[in-house]
Amino acid sequence: MPGLGTSFGRGGATTFQQDLQNADCIVIMGSNMAENHPVGFQWVMEARERGAKVIHVDPRFTRTSAMATKHVGIRAGSDIAFLGGIVNYILERDLYFREYVEHYTNAPVIIDEEFADTEELDGLFSGWDPEERKYDIESWMYEGMEVHGSGGESEQGFKPTKGEASGHGGHGGALSHGEPPSEDETMQHPRCVLQLLKKHYARYTPELVAETCGCSVEDFVEVCETLVANSGRERTSAFCYAVGWTQHTVGVQMIRACAVIQQLLGNIGRPGGGILALRGHASIQGSTDIPTLYNILPGYIPMPHAESYGDLDNYIEANTSPTGWWGHFRAYFVSLMKAYFGENANADNDFLFKSLPRIDDDNSAYWTVEQMLAGKVKGYIIAGENPAVGHANGKAHRLGLARLEWLVVRDVVEIESAAFWYDSPEVESGELKPEEIATEVFFLPAAAHTEKDGSFTNTQRLLQWHWQAVEPKDDCRSDLWFYFHLGRRIKQRLEESEEQRDKLIKALRWEYPTHSAIQEPDAEAVLQEVNGWEIASGKFLTGYPELKDDGSTLCGCWIYCGCFKDGINQTARKKPHWEQDGHVAPEWAWAWPANRRIIYNRASADPEGNPWSERKRYVWWDDGEEKWTGLDVPDFKEDKRPDYVPPDGAKAEDAIAGDHPFIMQADGRAWLYVPQGLEDGPLPTHYEPHESPFDNPLYSQRANPGRQQNQDLAEDPYNPVADEPGAEIYPYVVTTYRLTEHHTAGGMTRTVPYLAELQPEMFCEVHPDLAREVGLEHGGWATIYTSRSAIEARVMVTERVRPLKMKDGRTVHQVGLPYHWGSRGLVTGDSANDLAHMALDPNVHIQEVKAFTCGIRPGRRPRGPELPRFVAELRQQAHSRRDQDPRVEPEEARKTS
Amino acid sequence: MTVADGWETYADEQRERVGFFTDTSVCIGCKACEVACKEWNLVPDDGHVWTGNSYDNTGELSANTWRHVAFVEQEKPLLTNGDGGTGLRWLMESDVCKHCTHAACLDVCPTGSLFRTEFGTVVVQQDICNGCGYCVPACPFGVLDKRHLAPAPDLPAFAKEDGRVWKCTLCYDRLKGGHEPACAKACPTKSIQFGPLEELRERADARLAKLEAEGWNGAQLYGRDPEDGVGGFGAFFLLLDEPEVYGLPPDPIVTTRDLPEMWTNMLAAAGALVVGVAAAFVGGRS
Repeated sequence: MPGLGTSFGRGGATTFQQDLQNADCIVIMGSNMAENHPVGFQWVMEARERGAKVIHVDPRFTRTSAMATKHVGIRAGSDIAFLGGIVNYILERDLYFREYVEHYTNAPVIIDEEFADTEELDGLFSGWDPEERKYDIESWMYEGMEVHGSGGESEQGFKPTKGEASGHGGHGGALSHGEPPSEDETMQHPRCVLQLLKKHYARYTPELVAETCGCSVEDFVEVCETLVANSGRERTSAFCYAVGWTQHTVGVQMIRACAVIQQLLGNIGRPGGGILALRGHASIQGSTDIPTLYNILPGYIPMPHAESYGDLDNYIEANTSPTGWWGHFRAYFVSLMKAYFGENANADNDFLFKSLPRIDDDNSAYWTVEQMLAGKVKGYIIAGENPAVGHANGKAHRLGLARLEWLVVRDVVEIESAAFWYDSPEVESGELKPEEIATEVFFLPAAAHTEKDGSFTNTQRLLQWHWQAVEPKDDCRSDLWFYFHLGRRIKQRLEESEEQRDKLIKALRWEYPTHSAIQEPDAEAVLQEVNGWEIASGKFLTGYPELKDDGSTLCGCWIYCGCFKDGINQTARKKPHWEQDGHVAPEWAWAWPANRRIIYNRASADPEGNPWSERKRYVWWDDGEEKWTGLDVPDFKEDKRPDYVPPDGAKAEDAIAGDHPFIMQADGRAWLYVPQGLEDGPLPTHYEPHESPFDNPLYSQRANPGRQQNQDLAEDPYNPVADEPGAEIYPYVVTTYRLTEHHTAGGMTRTVPYLAELQPEMFCEVHPDLAREVGLEHGGWATIYTSRSAIEARVMVTERVRPLKMKDGRTVHQVGLPYHWGSRGLVTGDSANDLAHMALDPNVHIQEVKAFTCGIRPGRRPRGPELPRFVAELRQQAHSRRDQDPRVEPEEARKTS
Repeated sequence: MTVADGWETYADEQRERVGFFTDTSVCIGCKACEVACKEWNLVPDDGHVWTGNSYDNTGELSANTWRHVAFVEQEKPLLTNGDGGTGLRWLMESDVCKHCTHAACLDVCPTGSLFRTEFGTVVVQQDICNGCGYCVPACPFGVLDKRHLAPAPDLPAFAKEDGRVWKCTLCYDRLKGGHEPACAKACPTKSIQFGPLEELRERADARLAKLEAEGWNGAQLYGRDPEDGVGGFGAFFLLLDEPEVYGLPPDPIVTTRDLPEMWTNMLAAAGALVVGVAAAFVGGRS
């Protein structure tokens, strides 16, 4: 989550769901919280009962809108225009929380004079390289500072990478000093961040917002007024978002835009405030903390790149921030190596750093699919994912799977991704023939969560333990069992090997006690290793400040250090909040870091350390006790005085001043402006979705210039856009989403009768006007098509998906598509994601399934070989029209510096 | 207050009368109540039919659905002052057996399968029910329904149609164990509140007063009044529009209310008939 990571220092929700009850205003945007997080939504309802305003900004009127005190409908993908409009509203009227902004953010910092804004370069920032299609970020820096190597830019400078500037969710980049060299406390300097912000957003007027988003000026202004009236010393407002923001080619920047607003209003680190990143699965937060991602190691430690870092010192130096808590990078990394390799890793062999696998390219999911299609991937393991239904452009995925040598699918049921070779739209159409597919498919039945011990890390960084209720049936096994025994067997096989490449596997510590007839590994033993211990004494560590860089401590994930404090499974604590003092309930499970529930909570006190107000007291400086105290674990060095000024040459957290609450950042402040750590700009800018019927009203640069897109991948063609000829074939905006009744790609819900019956069929949601326009009948069938594919759905005509009035009175219709269905299970249907393209956000390689374009017509789709023919005919028609007058975007055509 | 028919016969074993207060103003339509009910009570799947009726694919209460969430899309603002944004409203209401104070189903059951529990609730005993179906038309809400599924089609002994009547038991088994019913337990927003009926009525009155003060459109209690046609519901509701909007009868009356009078009238008529016929014979002979 680089959106939050670069802004505040950690890639996690800044608050917890229970604290929403203390909010005076809650803005839910990019999320359908009531439907997708119904249990957490009780705290929104609680806030509403206490008189809070609940605002839902969303293309559709959903079950969340139904509970809100205000719903504003906007065009899918126009979120940054809306959020930027709020920034402009705040800045133009000087409504920001001055003291907070001045002390706790980088608003006063002066930026390098080489920096040029999108306002000057028609939609591009300085440093754009049209050949490489990426930014050189040197000119984005603080004045007087050099770009410093960091985890934040570990892959920068490597070729075509389609790579990371940020790592997945890491943190802001490192700075060579703690305090920025040039500041203007009056925040008047034309190149200080606050003034740059003003200039950047000056044209995001309510009128521009209205004609870009399709809402009314009045509704937009009401949102601004409500938000401002409910922020400040006495009041706080919270934002909740989910993948409705993430899944765009500008997804990270949407989250960044929210971070800018919350900083200006002083809502971070305070009760009732914050940004709640709502995750789509039970442990998605956990799977980035201890990642299933290719480019980071546990605790957001960057994966080393093949072309860098000769030795350990080199790697440590490049990734250590001289100031802030990333200053102890060596201790985190060395302790991880000790957890992996035990006594085989020591100072003499650089803790086996040199033997670690390296990345040499983009290895993200979509890029891998492209490689599969090119026949370059031999084998693939799918676990906990159903790409044939859940990923954008399912057809490209299924065709890719058919070109593998082998495929392993571990799941609780035989999902579409396992059955693609005999049951898929391509088999139906004849594009794939089972007898011609060479892929050897292994389906390995998985145990469900009720059949194993383990922990979930939820949306608010909370690790919650769960216990096995029943033994898994037959051959079903837990993931832990699978990976443990796989590793054990591989180690056995390699016992005699002298090959260099096998050394690392042979060096692995792979000792976990097992129990029961199936030899299930002890999940608690794994959690203990994640927590870590002092090697000599075997004493469990109490938190990451105890980690050592000399190999004397072992820790599997430094941010989780403390979860097994005192030899007690802290995540298994289940004392309800009503048996504890207040809603923070620290004895319910365990949250990273250090069991803090609201992070950056030093910001809940003023620079002198006193609560901003009695009503919003949370963490404060106790002068008598000479320490920070409050309702939560203070997110600050306990005895660091509010008036502490770092001495010259101070390192790590000692370089952070007593009035700078964002201790993970190199300068201790929240970043309104991100000089380093993002691929697509230091400030969020409105760009149109990759596929959209509109031009960018602000710039001739239409879409995010840094977005990842293929040039000519036959399996992933794009619709013509904006005013391009041929765009009229795909004139509608389509957005995909989930329903309460099903879970993501449906493997766990379409197979369960009690859930299958509640939403038994794929449907589309359209407004009566659109239904009239194209002849759709409520309850009948519609065929929805893009350049990629066509699907059919039952028609639900409803006022909940309203047409929007755009610029020049143009009306835009939106088509709503839940994406849960596939060909397997008790209830089946076409997959909405088959329609989507694979253009991606440049920071996190996430697909844009929340806003693209489509056509729709009445009736069922063609069947068999007629289906691809139908799609191809429309596409050829559209593309041949487009090719007569193709649009050239500035991103391709122009050098800017 | 009106005493639930049959409840007082428990004497020492009588327990406080309990029920549901379903507050639709906080219902988010998640259907967790429907699922939890089926999980706990082993109620079968009710078929995979997409209705197109908003997000309601359950349709109605039946032998195989003991909680049913209704969805109503309206062009009407949430608040009378017009607040609520677009002027759209999406009402959601989790319906359930009303556990009437005067329950007609009890009156008509010839086997004693339907009975009043010590908690004042109305329960069908499946081992006694003979599937006669008298209770089905007797219920003013259409709650009672015969199950037409085989309990276990794969097992010869259970492959025949069930044929018996099934409905919400207010989780009688859970109550006996000191637990709240499954639906209330699963409800994330406290839309379904379980408790002593008297206490729920007080809570509902306070809730209604608050919503009225805040200007909520159409807020009203349904089934709270012990003087209504069924003597008040054991499971009553706070609605945001007229009951008809949710598919509920506006003024339910216990269908057996007029039975005694009908019997009296009928007996009188029969008596008159006997007298008349006798008189005819007598007269004929004379």
